[in-house]
Amino acid sequence: MSMATTIKSEFERLRNTEVWRTIFRSGSGASNLHRAQAVQQNIFLHLFSVKVRSRALEFSPTWYLGALTLSTFFILIATGILLMFYYHPSVPQAYADMKDLQFVVASGVFLRNLHRWSAHAMVFLVFAHMFKVFYRGAYRPPRQFNWVVGVFLLLLTLLLSYTGYLLPWDQLAFWAVTVGSNIAKAVPFMGKQIRFLMLGGNEVNANALLRFYVLHCVILPLAAILMVGVHFWRIRKDGGLYVPEKKKL
Amino acid sequence: MSDVKTQEHAAGEAAKDCDCKDSSRRAFFAKVGMGSLVVAAAGTGLFSYEYFSPNVLFESAPIIKAGKPDQFAAGTVTLDAQSGIYLINGVKGFYALGAICTHLGCLTAWKPELGTDGQIACPCHGSRFNRDGIKVAGPAPQPLPWLKVWLAEDGNLMVDRSTTLKEPEYVKV
Repeated sequence: MSMATTIKSEFERLRNTEVWRTIFRSGSGASNLHRAQAVQQNIFLHLFSVKVRSRALEFSPTWYLGALTLSTFFILIATGILLMFYYHPSVPQAYADMKDLQFVVASGVFLRNLHRWSAHAMVFLVFAHMFKVFYRGAYRPPRQFNWVVGVFLLLLTLLLSYTGYLLPWDQLAFWAVTVGSNIAKAVPFMGKQIRFLMLGGNEVNANALLRFYVLHCVILPLAAILMVGVHFWRIRKDGGLYVPEKKKL
Repeated sequence: MSDVKTQEHAAGEAAKDCDCKDSSRRAFFAKVGMGSLVVAAAGTGLFSYEYFSPNVLFESAPIIKAGKPDQFAAGTVTLDAQSGIYLINGVKGFYALGAICTHLGCLTAWKPELGTDGQIACPCHGSRFNRDGIKVAGPAPQPLPWLKVWLAEDGNLMVDRSTTLKEPEYVKV
């Protein structure tokens, strides 16, 4: 028996153990039913279709832009959680913590840069994904609701970028948020109140830093995860990814 | 047989009456329930707004002690970056301008080399003002505000950042 077949049969034996079968309820088997159940009975995979057209997995219909966006989002969650272990959202410490991450903490500069570049990449990919969907006409019925969900995800992405912008607490951060909050003040009738609520005061200060931190690390990511869940579930409900028939030559 | 039918019919009618009563009572309670939900939602909105609006702020007081008049040479424009004001010793006397750009709130700077006798310039989007706060270039929609200035009993010039003047006023020393 060759090595490969040994590994394969050992794996097959593992899949038939009781422990494995309590975790993955579908059990082993090579039938289409078993394959479908493997997806349908897994909490992480059950959002997706059990069957997709092979054409939908090719590069050209999507350029994988949605999947790439999700990948950057996962990187941002992972690196963001790690950065939170060293960052204090307070006026005396925020800037120093950011510098410590760059020069003192092991791998700190790598994680911070990965977080920053992934954030830039995610904004770019969200726009690219939307352009791709728009120009292919994939937003048309029955997928129009998922387009709207996508617009909310765009807004959440931009808000995450904007709130993350303040956290290094350097000159760029301070003046960018001063300018941004003054733009919010231009809203008719309630602009002043919106700015006051945003900053928790009249100037960009300790309250503003804390508010942006809570929004950036808790509220906006939770909202984004929820909407991403809806977005992926709707792909299945709307009949899978939009794949036009190949034209016959 | 016919008795049974009549009884059933009567029972049915009674049930129908009963349904009407029930549904009107149900409708009433549904309205009360929905109404209280609306009140609770409005209350939650109001309480949230109140909760997120701080009642005490640790921000600097609007009135600033700018310093003794002889600290400011004649014809100079002096920026106090900490409090965001200019104190200007002009030909007609002392006056103060807000140093926060009226466009999007950046801190401006006095640039003596600009224009004929210096200009106030904003680094963010390039607005420029003359020493009277009048805009000479850039996107700023309004001139820099004139602030109330007076001479305190201890001989210091005081500036109230919360009081803007409609007409220019000068403090002679």
